[in-house]
Amino acid sequence: MRNGPEAGTAATAGADAKVVAETSCGAAAVTRTKAAADTEARTDTSAGANTEADHRMKTDIRTAKRDSATGAATGKATGTGGTADAATGAAAGARLTGRDLTLAYDQRTIAEELDVAIPDQSFTVVVGPNACGKSTLLRALSRMLKPAKGSVMLDGSDIARMHAKALARTLGLLPQSSIAPDGITVSDLVARGRYPHQGLLRQWSREDERVVNESMEATAISELADRFVDELSGGQRQRVWIAMALAQQTQLLLLDEPTTYLDIAHQIEILDLCARLHEEEGRTLVAVLHDLNHAARYATHLIAMCEGRIVAQGPPGEVVTAELVKDVFGMPCRVIDDPESGTPLVVPAARR
Amino acid sequence: MSVIRTGAGLSVTYRPRALLVGGACLVLALVAAVFAIGSGEYPMAPADVVRTLVGQGDPADAFIVQELRLPRTVTALLVGTALGLCGAVFQAVVRNPLGSPDILGFTNGAATGALVVIVVAGGGSAFLAGGAVLGAVVVSGLIYALAWKRGMHGYRLVLVGVGATAILTGVNSYLITRAQITEASRAVLWMTGSLDGRGWSNALPLLAGMAVLVPLVLFGCARALRMMEMGDDAAYALGVRVERTRLALLGAGVLLVALSAAAAGPVSFVALTAPQLARRLTKAPGPNLVPAMCMGAVLLVTADLVAQRAFGDHQLPVGVITGVLGGGYLVWLLATERRAGRI
Repeated sequence: MRNGPEAGTAATAGADAKVVAETSCGAAAVTRTKAAADTEARTDTSAGANTEADHRMKTDIRTAKRDSATGAATGKATGTGGTADAATGAAAGARLTGRDLTLAYDQRTIAEELDVAIPDQSFTVVVGPNACGKSTLLRALSRMLKPAKGSVMLDGSDIARMHAKALARTLGLLPQSSIAPDGITVSDLVARGRYPHQGLLRQWSREDERVVNESMEATAISELADRFVDELSGGQRQRVWIAMALAQQTQLLLLDEPTTYLDIAHQIEILDLCARLHEEEGRTLVAVLHDLNHAARYATHLIAMCEGRIVAQGPPGEVVTAELVKDVFGMPCRVIDDPESGTPLVVPAARR
Repeated sequence: MSVIRTGAGLSVTYRPRALLVGGACLVLALVAAVFAIGSGEYPMAPADVVRTLVGQGDPADAFIVQELRLPRTVTALLVGTALGLCGAVFQAVVRNPLGSPDILGFTNGAATGALVVIVVAGGGSAFLAGGAVLGAVVVSGLIYALAWKRGMHGYRLVLVGVGATAILTGVNSYLITRAQITEASRAVLWMTGSLDGRGWSNALPLLAGMAVLVPLVLFGCARALRMMEMGDDAAYALGVRVERTRLALLGAGVLLVALSAAAAGPVSFVALTAPQLARRLTKAPGPNLVPAMCMGAVLLVTADLVAQRAFGDHQLPVGVITGVLGGGYLVWLLATERRAGRI
């Protein structure tokens, strides 16, 4: 990520997006700044307001556009009646937020000055080209990666300071590469999701048993309960891992590329399952997906990333446009209405 | 998985089959121990041994049992238990059946420390134990630091460990060539791993260490270790403090290896084989810590019995037996792993 903030600011607001070179995806954010004003209005009377205001001012000066993109998300969520947690200084309608995040592995910086808010009860999908930092963002949001700078806040407290098990009871993550132990059965693996609710002398309560059974029912794997995980198909196995994450009973669930390595039928099956889990019980889901059309169809809130920056966010209907796809993925395309769902459908341009 | 629940909302789970395997191993280990105590130049019937052990035997038997043979057998039981446990811990932390302290170089680190004491300082057994502990801690610290890169990956630890083992083998050989002839022969015997002539002074430090380390591992870390089997990310997502737990487990494991080596020399391959054998018998997922401990005990006591008695007047160091058996097992393991496409 070599575009400094200046590069982003310098891109003329709302101007001809086509002139933007393939590798720089700076200008796209400009097109979605309708709630910019909300950002100012939002810095409210909360205890954390001072620092928040300072922080806002700082980033405003640097990159007005990126910040207002975040504002758009939070503004929208406030509009839909999210309860502001003013006492703890949390952003309204977004329990999980990242502020001024610099994310890096060793010396390699992936993202700088990233601000993000996950609207409550949304099915947020993060999209972007390979190596744009979307999985890194997810890792930071789940405390898997400690930000080099900035902090991730959950319900007003910094997740780096939260008790590990307490955090795991609120925020779940389904990583990309989990290893099923040799010779483990489906029910045993799902039961491991209860770990944050258990203790040395409370190893398997009736509540644990009930929740595990419910999780297996919700993912339609009850009849596989006694099978070995190694014997299952890829789609079944992914449902087992999702069941394990469900058994954790978290209000927020993060999924890192849950459809990777699955064939198309199983991808849709998993996404349908996610959509259902999102609708039931008011869970907030955040997923990283590769397929833009899947993202457009299933997400209620879309975050488009490019080179470590959030270049657009909002409802898929507003975010997914031909310009954005060109800017972010460098691919000419047409965007039409999906005849099945009415959501945007990206059709790559034919070779001429 | 079975569960015991109390009225107060407490619950404990266990696996009947794992319990059975552990219990059977323990019984076998004790039976082998009774035979080991009963055999020798002055043989005793097993019934006499048991009678003497519970304090009902005649004074001559009591002296032979309590002062001469019991310490050796107790040392064998303890070393076997400790090696079984730390083998299971390392294999689970590294997520690789090859991740035993023999292969990771920790055992050789203990050997180097002890050799330095024998060759350079010519010290007694207390110094030797100290040297072994210090050597294992220093070497494992170095290996850990070298294998560390944005977190710990099991495969990297195995590779660094293999390299460290090779270097330390060279260092150890060099140390032996530098020694006086009497010290060199003592060093070589120690390096093979032997229980010959072990007294209470060898058993007690190990027992004291285990009294602290075994509960720490079993009650403090075992459940988190089971989560870590699924990968660091998955464990982290479930609320395990992965780095801290891993450091605690590796620290406890290194101390167990070092204390075992101090008591009986670097007995090879028990830590490698015991957890795998236990796991194949219990058929349970997870690190199988307790079955591995019991399996380690039965392996080492039996190997010592064989080493003492199976070759007529020739007594072999126990390390020869475990080396031959464990080496064969290692070949078999590598062959099956390769066939399963894992290496």
